[in-house]
Amino acid sequence: MASDWSDPRPMSPHLQVWRWHATMASSILHRATGIANYFGAAAIAIWVILLAFGAEDCIAFLFEGPMAWMTRFALIGLTYAISYHWLNGLRHLVWDFGKGYDPKGSNLRSILIMIGAVIPTALLWLNLGA
Amino acid sequence: MTDYRTPAAKVRGLGASGHASKHWISHRVTAIALFFLAPVFVWMLAMSGAPDPAAARAFFASPMGAIITLLTLTAGLAHMRSGMLEVIEDYIHKPFTKTVLVLANSFFTIGLWLVTAFALLKLAL
Repeated sequence: MASDWSDPRPMSPHLQVWRWHATMASSILHRATGIANYFGAAAIAIWVILLAFGAEDCIAFLFEGPMAWMTRFALIGLTYAISYHWLNGLRHLVWDFGKGYDPKGSNLRSILIMIGAVIPTALLWLNLGA
Repeated sequence: MTDYRTPAAKVRGLGASGHASKHWISHRVTAIALFFLAPVFVWMLAMSGAPDPAAARAFFASPMGAIITLLTLTAGLAHMRSGMLEVIEDYIHKPFTKTVLVLANSFFTIGLWLVTAFALLKLAL
């Protein structure tokens, strides 16, 4: 809603006045990876549509020459985003049962998930021989 | 003239839309579905030989590939729609912009779901 608030001080403690900490980073990362997955999944769906109608030639450039590396880099990023969102989503489901709210454990789990999402990403791409 | 309506009756219908519980639950339901589907789909697609067109077509034409893709697509797009709705409602406060984005999100996810499902059936059948 449009506001006529003119006080320049922050209305509530927000991004610019908070010291970054693990749970905040993991919460923001959950949204960011969710948005990344949105566009990544949409891209895969559009690719399926192109395949079905024999029009995949129009995106063939994505897999040729130096562009292939950009595409591979983006897909590795998408794999990490899916892995992170999957692991942290599991944590959200545990929260729904009222468990996992202790500050120390929350910080630890935030960091474990950020690092842990590398494992499925690496496993998949090493299997592909990237 | 005396207004006989109770205070509750005067405000009923003026507040939130009353769909929050449904939205909350359906986001969890699709999340649980994707907990099982997403890893299977991602792994199968990655190992199918994609993005080679012939290999990818063979994958989407195989019964297992088509079924897993269709299930993941359906749960995924529903989850994407309600997740993006949450993001739009959190950050966009101008009524017109918000309405346009909410509509665009709905049209995009539902449209993409139908067209991709059609494409999958075309590949598989």
